[in-house]
Amino acid sequence: MLISPGSAAGSGAQPESLLRLEGITKSYGSLIANDKIDIHIRPGEIHAVLGENGAGKSTLMKIIFGVTQPNAGTIYWKGRPTEISSPARARALGIGMVFQHFSLFETITVAENISFTVPGDIRDLSRRIRAASETFGLAVEPDALVYKLSVGERQRVELVRCLLQEPSLLILDEPTSVLTPQAVEKLFVTLRMLSDKGIAILYISHKLEEIRALCHSATILRHGQVTGHVDPREETSRSLAKMMIGRDIPRSTHAEAKPDAKIALRVSGLSTRERDPHAVNLKGVCLEVRRGEIFGIAGVSGNGQQALSRFLSGEETLPAARKGEIEILGDAVGHLGAAERRRQGLSFIPEERLGRGAAPGLSLNDNMLLTGHRLGMVARGFIRKRVRDEHAERCIREMDVRCGGSGSNASSLSGGNLQKFIVGREMMLRPKVMVVAQPTWGIDIGAATMVRQKLVDLRDAGVSILLISEELEELFEISDRMAVMFEGRMSPPVHTRTTTPERIGQMMVGVFDARDEIATEAAQ
Amino acid sequence: MMDALIFVLAGAFATATPLLFAALGELVVEKSGVLNLSVEGMMALSAAIAFMVTLQSGSHLVGFIAGAASGALLSAVFAVLVLGFMANQVAAGLAVGILGLGLSSLLGRSFEGATLLGIDKIAIPLLSEIPVLGKILFTQDIVVYVGIAATGLVAWFLYRTKAGLTLRVIGENPNTAHALGMRPVGVRFLAILFGGVMAGFAGAYASTVLTPLWSQDMIAGRGWIAVALVVFGTWRPGRVAVGAYLFGAVSLLGLALQAMGIGIPAQFMTCLPYVLTIVVLVAISADKVRVRLNAPAALGESYRAAS
Repeated sequence: MLISPGSAAGSGAQPESLLRLEGITKSYGSLIANDKIDIHIRPGEIHAVLGENGAGKSTLMKIIFGVTQPNAGTIYWKGRPTEISSPARARALGIGMVFQHFSLFETITVAENISFTVPGDIRDLSRRIRAASETFGLAVEPDALVYKLSVGERQRVELVRCLLQEPSLLILDEPTSVLTPQAVEKLFVTLRMLSDKGIAILYISHKLEEIRALCHSATILRHGQVTGHVDPREETSRSLAKMMIGRDIPRSTHAEAKPDAKIALRVSGLSTRERDPHAVNLKGVCLEVRRGEIFGIAGVSGNGQQALSRFLSGEETLPAARKGEIEILGDAVGHLGAAERRRQGLSFIPEERLGRGAAPGLSLNDNMLLTGHRLGMVARGFIRKRVRDEHAERCIREMDVRCGGSGSNASSLSGGNLQKFIVGREMMLRPKVMVVAQPTWGIDIGAATMVRQKLVDLRDAGVSILLISEELEELFEISDRMAVMFEGRMSPPVHTRTTTPERIGQMMVGVFDARDEIATEAAQ
Repeated sequence: MMDALIFVLAGAFATATPLLFAALGELVVEKSGVLNLSVEGMMALSAAIAFMVTLQSGSHLVGFIAGAASGALLSAVFAVLVLGFMANQVAAGLAVGILGLGLSSLLGRSFEGATLLGIDKIAIPLLSEIPVLGKILFTQDIVVYVGIAATGLVAWFLYRTKAGLTLRVIGENPNTAHALGMRPVGVRFLAILFGGVMAGFAGAYASTVLTPLWSQDMIAGRGWIAVALVVFGTWRPGRVAVGAYLFGAVSLLGLALQAMGIGIPAQFMTCLPYVLTIVVLVAISADKVRVRLNAPAALGESYRAAS
């Protein structure tokens, strides 16, 4: 049901309103996740909810979708006060949601997954899925088992599932975080088509450029409060960011690297067989990181990055006969475990901060000890607490880690502060080669900027850094050369200064060939 | 020689029936994402109650109903602990299991050594007259036939019905299931009760039909075998049934060989069913993709609905 905007005049009750939130408040214990939020969405409008991690976006979406209930405030749906008591109720009202972490079951087929929310016979449903995927340009195979699908395909399944319920409001939670630049373009085409058909879209994101390109209006959240309702098409990325983080983005400029010819980390023909049948095997991965450069590895996650980190860090080792496939500073180390590789000058910052980078239930002091024990913290098998604590405190001071002192548990720190602590700890070890995986994933802009700056400082001090990241912007900002991983294969390296995000985007879906290599050689 | 073989193969079905019932029940429970380790205790308690009721009433049917009811009751205690109070499933299962074993010994003291009559075997007309096969397959008691039917029914429920699909996905990811409007706690509660009823039938069959003579330690580890069969059978009803019958056949083989005076050490024959069942089922479950597709991913994890 579409009402022309003109009819709103004089009727008082704003009939063109689809969803209106008034004073929505939600707290978890002492933490106020949403503080008196007001939002107003009209049919066919693409409305952005913009905010950093932890600003309260996800909580707000859960409230709208009925996953959780607000402590105070009113939700008006099509002008009437409505209680959205469960996701089933939300769906019945005409609200569909595509989650950031997909809500698909892996062991059953696409059609079976969709059958939970769209009633009907499976065969009939399969026909409808095929029809919808054609109408909206979302290629989906109803009989495929979900565990075999890529993240992009899974997202299309989620979208088709929502669309089959003919929603009037579609909620998308960080939909582009798993997509290549080309796939993002395709998604936007679909979303604009939906908007033209009168479906309103609530688009949650922290990516400013996307919001400016796609959305008609935006609500900006910071620390659980609304800091602005704007038309993003009339704003700059800079002004949006200022509303999002409350101050100007710290701008960093990096000098060009001056790598020398010496190869600090070399991987030659690394192939693996994963134990998990659903994981991606590495297929003949080759790369060389020179001294004093940052070598970036781009790619959609799940293309072998995890296996590469495990084999480089020494969490998994190669048989002695293949030890030469990984070399650090000219020594074959493929057969060595993590501790021995660290002794050779390797340091590793894993993707999982809690559990791999730090032990959640231990204090920062003890977490310092985990990798820093060679800095004189252990004497004759006994821990020298004073030395350990001094190092932890210095790390906290130098990295500006916000915490309740060096005795606080790692799990009590925010993601950004914990990452600063981990980076600081690894820097104190004075590594020669550093492998870093997703260093700024899910942390606030301030911490991310600092972490990137520290990596550049290390590079300038002659450390070789391998940076595995999903954030193209980050790779373009600080890496000197980069390669792309796709289905366990590694593309030839390219120089960051001579390539474009579009070219990297093509490589992220497997389009890479000898031309790139020639371009690289010519540039050298 | 032939007679001995027929004895072993025919008897295997009866020997396997308690394992099969208990394992099918546990399979459904585990498919919903709950690990119930109290199977041994549930079987022991229901064996004692079924024996007592059958002794008093003279009716096996009433005994089976009482056994199923006591299995369900004990499983409900487990369900309240793990679903209501979010207790650790392993610890709660062991505790409830020990409770069941203790109650079984306590109740059983009054009729230690008492005996019952078994139930008649049903010879299916015509089919039972087939030489050899007729005696093995078609001259069994009613419960054996019910066990075979139950295997098919459980498979049909899990893989052909909407309710079965719901149960399986709750075992894979209860949070997602809840977000899609399913009720993980309710479904798991029903699954646990079903497991209790099946363990109850298993206990009742063991004490009132298979060996209708009460002695302490009636179940003697068969509940644990059932739990192991579920895992080694990669959570597929058909494979679990094959494992149960194999175990039954090999345990009788030892008796038959001893009776024939073949000089194999008794200890070896006693451990043979365990070893052989493990070897065969490990071979079945060698395909890792299959295991990954069938194993309930959320097995053993507590689930609390988001608030």
